[in-house]
Amino acid sequence: MSTRPLLDAQDLTKTFRGGVRAVSGVSLTLAAGETLGIVGESGCGKSTTAKMLLRLLTPDSGSVQFDGADVHRLRGRALRELRRRLQVVPQNPQTSLNPRLRLADSIAFNMRAHGYGAATRARRIPELLDRVGLDPSYARRYPHQLSGGQLQRVAIARALATEPEVVVCDEAVSALDKSVQAQVLNLLADLQLELGIAYLFISHDLAVVEHISDRVAVMYLGRVVEQGPARALWDDPRHPYTATLLSSVPGLGRERIVLAGELPNPADPPSGCGFRTRCPCAVDACATTWPNLTVRAPDHVAACVHPDPRRPANANAGAGTGTGANAGAGAGAGKS
Amino acid sequence: MSAALRISDLHTTFGSGDGAVRAVRGIDLEIAPGGTYVLLGESGSGKSVTARSILGLYGPAAKVTGSVCLGADELITMAPRQLRQVRGTRLGLVPQDPTGALDPLRGIGAQLGEVLAVHGLAPGRAQRRAAVLRLLASVGIADPARVAASRPHQLSGGMRQRAVIAIAIAGEPEVLIADEPTTALDVTVQAAVLGLIRDLQTRHGMALLMVTHDVGVAEELGGTVGVMYAGRLVETGPAREVLRDPRHPYTRGLLASLPVPGVARGELRVIPGRPPLTGESGTGCAFAPRCPLAVASCRHRPPPLVALGAGGRAAACPVLNDEPVAKELVS
Repeated sequence: MSTRPLLDAQDLTKTFRGGVRAVSGVSLTLAAGETLGIVGESGCGKSTTAKMLLRLLTPDSGSVQFDGADVHRLRGRALRELRRRLQVVPQNPQTSLNPRLRLADSIAFNMRAHGYGAATRARRIPELLDRVGLDPSYARRYPHQLSGGQLQRVAIARALATEPEVVVCDEAVSALDKSVQAQVLNLLADLQLELGIAYLFISHDLAVVEHISDRVAVMYLGRVVEQGPARALWDDPRHPYTATLLSSVPGLGRERIVLAGELPNPADPPSGCGFRTRCPCAVDACATTWPNLTVRAPDHVAACVHPDPRRPANANAGAGTGTGANAGAGAGAGKS
Repeated sequence: MSAALRISDLHTTFGSGDGAVRAVRGIDLEIAPGGTYVLLGESGSGKSVTARSILGLYGPAAKVTGSVCLGADELITMAPRQLRQVRGTRLGLVPQDPTGALDPLRGIGAQLGEVLAVHGLAPGRAQRRAAVLRLLASVGIADPARVAASRPHQLSGGMRQRAVIAIAIAGEPEVLIADEPTTALDVTVQAAVLGLIRDLQTRHGMALLMVTHDVGVAEELGGTVGVMYAGRLVETGPAREVLRDPRHPYTRGLLASLPVPGVARGELRVIPGRPPLTGESGTGCAFAPRCPLAVASCRHRPPPLVALGAGGRAAACPVLNDEPVAKELVS
């Protein structure tokens, strides 16, 4: 990973009308062939970030570079070429595929837009369907004739059709049944091995993100609060919000950290660190500024005033990440 | 002790003749007062239809047969007017989507008050108002007066779900049926809502029937789990034992296909194919087309649930009862 990242977003900020600061100061990089997971709860800005990377939204400030070119300044042929190399698999295949087009036509639509000729399309579409595990005879079917898992495969085939280098998967497996979700996750992994595609994998499902990602970024209230290798983040979270998220996954038997209150209004965020109003380890200093991301371990950064939030300086909260002594019962951390 | 809810041989069929969709095909289950039963299954397995059939929500749209006993009362044959009184007082429902369950044009307090009024739980406006605030406070809402005055869109998803839970428990039901109550919520909110449901269950001694697709939720709640596939229970038993040591090939496949955090990455094991659509039927075991253990006899008739040992566990798989094969499976 010493070479220049393929996708490099620096300091992205986006404020919507009404003063909703959806994203502020988010920086992310994605190297060729790797997977970066983004997790966070609804409203944390993960989809807004993805849209800025895809140039579906213009950031207020900050930049996105793809292979050295500024994504938001590209025009004409160069922009088209970017779109070919940077594809997306959206969340809901039922709504992202035109119900009135045969599946082959949906895939062909994307290819035609990028200049693939009729002969290439006719040859590639059956190959693509086969590649995602569908019988090529499906090319003639309509979306309503397929199940959700099959449609998601078609959406993947459509994204692959233009031979992209980066695919943004925005909750791409969230709508699928678990037994089918595993099939699609394996497919994405196989395609990465074979074709060297890089994924930006956005999901609220922590277990799925940990499984598929090399690195994971955790977002809260429009900012990245922690980023690091997937496994390290899971085993040894360095931001209290990450620890809380992990403790909330049911059935793992981690000691539950229950958050006080609700997500702050993004149009009127608290002063200082946005998480401090709900944070079990908040101290006075948290009210002044949102801490910068600082290095905690190799390739692992977190934005918290505590050098190690698991052992806060003034240990008044006692809400560290337990080792599961209370496994199963889980309710020990009190009611909200 | 008699059961709070006892269901035997429940069948729910939509339509008739060739187009009949047999969504539920013979469910038996029993929940003790204060007990927990988790119906676990994927979409189309019939778990929600089971819950709605218990509540008698289908009316003439479906043919529901079998027996649903709430305490000593049979609900299947109960007159609609009487059943309406049972729902909301003795049976509570927490639906999946709190937004759809609430009237967008009316305040939360008015909607909660309506339930109290309809069931004669708090006669008089002042008393009703007090009961509304008390109920909202009991589901962990910090400022009940503000929430009571709010319309649904002014509240977060978690708050709306709390309000819906308040409505469900207004009549202090004997049995609370929760149909995927946390699926639409973020994990931290889900954790809080599950904690709340469990807390209310202990406080009021309610029996809980939880419908979920989330293995984590099932593991967390404990109690008894019933794994559904294509309208039938394929495996039942104490939740933590079943989920730790599944026996039915479907349960095994389902659990194996989940990513386990912190364990080496690699291929996830998958169940080939896809679950059958609601009511899609064959003659034999519905899982046979995807099953690694299927033998010829599996395709002839659906296997019944058979006890596995004395620990209250059962599975519907004849291959498991075949000693040598079962041994090989366990090893």
